[in-house]
Amino acid sequence: MAKPKKSRTSAPDPPKAAARLPWQPPAPPVPTALLISLAALLVRVLVSVGPYSGQGAAPKFGDYEAQRHWMELTLHLPPSDWYRNTSDNDLAYWGLDYPPLSAYQSLLHGRIINASLPEAVALRSSRGYESPESKLLMRWTVLSSDLLVFFPAALWFVWAYMRGGIGITVEERREGWMWLLAMVLISPCLVLIDHGHFQYNCISLGLALGAIAGVLSRNELAAAALFTLAINHKQMSLYFAPAFFSHLLGKCLKRKYPIVEVMKLAFVVLGTFAIVWWPFLHSYEAALQVVSRLAPFERGIYEDYVANFWCSTSVIVKWKRLFAIKPLKIMSLSATILAFLPSFVQQVKSPSNLGFLYSLMNSSFSFYLFSYQVHEKSILLPLLPASLLALKEHQMYGWFVYFALFSMYPLICRDQLLLQYIAVLALFFLIYYSPGGRHGKRLNISCRAKVVLSLPFLCSLLLHVTYLQLEPPKRYPYLFDALIMFVSFSQFVILTLYTNYKQWMLDTHSRSVGMKKDL
Amino acid sequence: MAASSSPAAAWAFAAATCVKLLLIPTYWSTDFDVHRYWLALTHALPARQWYTDQSSQWTLDYPPFFAYFSRLLSLPAPLVDPNLVSVPVPESPPFAHLLYLRLTVAFSDLVLLGSVLLLARDARRRQRAFLALSLVLWSPALLAVDHIHFQYNGFLMGLLLLSLYFLEQGWDLAGGVVFASLLCSKHLFLVAAPVYFMYLFRHYCCGRGVIKGLGRLVLMGSGVAAVFAAAFAPFVYYGQVKQLFDRLFPFGRGLCHAYWAPNFWVFYIMLDKVLAFLLRRLGFNVAIPEASFTGGLVSNSSLFAVLPKVTPITTFLLVILAMTPCLFKAFSNPQPKYIIRWVSYACTCGFIFGWHVHEKASLHFTIPLALISMDNLNDARHYFLLCIVSCYSLFPLLFENQEYLIKVMLLLTYAALMWVGFTSHFAANSDQEGKRINRSGSTVQNGLIGSIGLSYLLGIAAIELWSQVFHQRVFGDRLPFLPLIMVSFYCGIGMMYSWMWQLVYIVRHT
Repeated sequence: MAKPKKSRTSAPDPPKAAARLPWQPPAPPVPTALLISLAALLVRVLVSVGPYSGQGAAPKFGDYEAQRHWMELTLHLPPSDWYRNTSDNDLAYWGLDYPPLSAYQSLLHGRIINASLPEAVALRSSRGYESPESKLLMRWTVLSSDLLVFFPAALWFVWAYMRGGIGITVEERREGWMWLLAMVLISPCLVLIDHGHFQYNCISLGLALGAIAGVLSRNELAAAALFTLAINHKQMSLYFAPAFFSHLLGKCLKRKYPIVEVMKLAFVVLGTFAIVWWPFLHSYEAALQVVSRLAPFERGIYEDYVANFWCSTSVIVKWKRLFAIKPLKIMSLSATILAFLPSFVQQVKSPSNLGFLYSLMNSSFSFYLFSYQVHEKSILLPLLPASLLALKEHQMYGWFVYFALFSMYPLICRDQLLLQYIAVLALFFLIYYSPGGRHGKRLNISCRAKVVLSLPFLCSLLLHVTYLQLEPPKRYPYLFDALIMFVSFSQFVILTLYTNYKQWMLDTHSRSVGMKKDL
Repeated sequence: MAASSSPAAAWAFAAATCVKLLLIPTYWSTDFDVHRYWLALTHALPARQWYTDQSSQWTLDYPPFFAYFSRLLSLPAPLVDPNLVSVPVPESPPFAHLLYLRLTVAFSDLVLLGSVLLLARDARRRQRAFLALSLVLWSPALLAVDHIHFQYNGFLMGLLLLSLYFLEQGWDLAGGVVFASLLCSKHLFLVAAPVYFMYLFRHYCCGRGVIKGLGRLVLMGSGVAAVFAAAFAPFVYYGQVKQLFDRLFPFGRGLCHAYWAPNFWVFYIMLDKVLAFLLRRLGFNVAIPEASFTGGLVSNSSLFAVLPKVTPITTFLLVILAMTPCLFKAFSNPQPKYIIRWVSYACTCGFIFGWHVHEKASLHFTIPLALISMDNLNDARHYFLLCIVSCYSLFPLLFENQEYLIKVMLLLTYAALMWVGFTSHFAANSDQEGKRINRSGSTVQNGLIGSIGLSYLLGIAAIELWSQVFHQRVFGDRLPFLPLIMVSFYCGIGMMYSWMWQLVYIVRHT
């Protein structure tokens, strides 16, 4: 072992050495990635100490109970009964409404919990089971899923992104990756929803992120398989489907044998689907039963106060009263298609890695804003590609994260996660503005634009306080929820217009800059 | 890039504060009840009753400045809830009380931040590396003890660092006064007093002629005396000297705390056990002491079967003896640049040989040592090992399942931070010194921790694995204290190494 000579105590260039952050180069990359991952995991562990949705709120509880109930069901019932109303499976009480991969995941976690705490997942008798131990075990299942799915996907993505050098300078390539990794991993909304509120978005988003990394590193088939798995974990991953479809189609069309390429992808997708759906493929009815559970149209075009088009405009146009479910379905479908069509066309025409990331954001935003039955938590889907674009769209990402969190503020308050909300939001922005970061390229915005931009920000600050402190007027008990929704909605519309514009400008930009970089 | 690491340190503190907020709902120990009671006591009752009130079992046993500090923290409390500061305190506190007390801890850490910001410049007026500062602010041991277990060490360490800052900058009088007020806040720091005395005497008073020296001696003496008077005079006036002394120095408590701190006495007790066992095997008649150390509660010290009994005087003499080389150095060549090292060493001696040492006392030297951990590679190596050992030895404090992942993640994240930071720092420095560019940093990596150190640290993982998984399988419910003893013993090895390393370093290099 080489024992280095005792280095002199006087560093030759002290000011520079002193201000250098420990994780800046020449920090070894692998330990640095490990450090960032550990820190991100630490934050998740800390958030998981807090309360979960529906804690102690009998008789319906919340998402925590839903997940626990699914573990109970999948553990004790045969797959054929998972999606059917039987004497043991009351679909009205948190019936399983996610695709089969979610059910398998519940089964796996149910087995783990069953091994150490069987009464927490006992059939029927465990309804509403809550204890410190079971909370801990449930939390650990989310933490481990996050660690096993989302973290590797994020690392793979950052590696692929940096190797591809997508839309960034050499300097950013050398130093920016750590910041990007931190941004992807410490996404405050994802942390709060998964480890505070209690869901397993980390799995479906992690699989989708893996698929994105696959696309960036030119493993299209792996990407197709991973994305199919993501869809099969949560149908909401379909928000990304137009982007994947258009990008892969556009790429295939550029190749020598487009038909063969498309066939290969189709084969992988169908094959993955077949494997996941195997227990339900023995009869048409069984498969249809599952599908009908996945698309709960009877629940209406929106629930609660979600910052999308239908809910925000319902103040003026009473969509639910004016139209039946069927025309609403058609309207929302056509609106969604219209919204993602520009980005779709752009990717078919000239698929590029950067354009793909923009397209992911645009298509998921179009679903969030216009599709049927959207939850406030679905904002996580547009947030994922936004975080991936963080190096390129620094300002936009910070702005988006803030308002995405804000749009979930009523939910957070219901879950009593305010403390965690404040801490994670502050931590995120501390890392976002970490010292020594050169990512704060100042936008040259005029004074008037600044005033216009800061207006919604001030509104949101005000609403944060009023929502907690003031009693809403008796006539409008959800006045503040609605105001929060309006502010968030306006910002989301501006954001998606901006990213659509950016995606379309990519072509003209790359043409003018020249193709040197893409060689 | 900014030339100063101060904004970065403030940033690190803000990030740490977010973590502290997230730690609010975690487990709290009886120390929480202690401080809750003190807060109410100092607010509700006049000073005359502070050291006599017995309405709670958690009687005030810190010196008066800490009581004043409690009183200060309790001032805004009635705005939150008047019940917070009423004696007797409610049995189970509502969340608002917990929140308030946790926030007072986070708030009082501002003292630590202030000292760290001042310490951004070292004795030679050079910038300290940002990492050295953030190692203080992000110390997992401090987070665990203050923000989970519940104590106010951040404030106390802040005072200690403040006095060290003054000494480093050559403002000896201020350093002495601040140290005196630290003593009046928590008297455990008395162990550093000999070094302070020796250093201040030589550096402040001597070498400037007799008259001036005497004048300075009087000045320093009156400064320190004024601090002590401010703290103790009211209680002398009330005639509570005896009462106060008994509260502050409860020698009836025994050599070791319920959970043995990983120090010299662990080995002494173990040796005693082994000797007793061997002698009995050889046919000697060895009386087995009634209460066993393994029983968890140790009330008095006459528990050794073979080895001589240990008294407070013995431990005191041992501490002084261990400190002698350092005192000699401080006497012969008092230099500001070594003061952090000397004071840390004095605290280490107190920890290794002291009477009734708590495992938490390892904070008193790991925190100051963090500041000088980047001075050279050897310091970095030593700190890397010491800090992991000291943090791991605190693990038994947080014994509930909910905090298990938290403590493990805190330690792992910190270890990774040290690894990345030290490696890149020394790689960068060797780059700047024009040495062969060390692209992978491999020599530094090998150098940061040798194979012995690495296997020692892996041994920690093995011990943890044993106590968490296999102990239950092998012994069932028998020998419940064996894992704790293993932790104490194993960490004791690291602590003894650290003590000896510091001793050798001080003898050789200062």
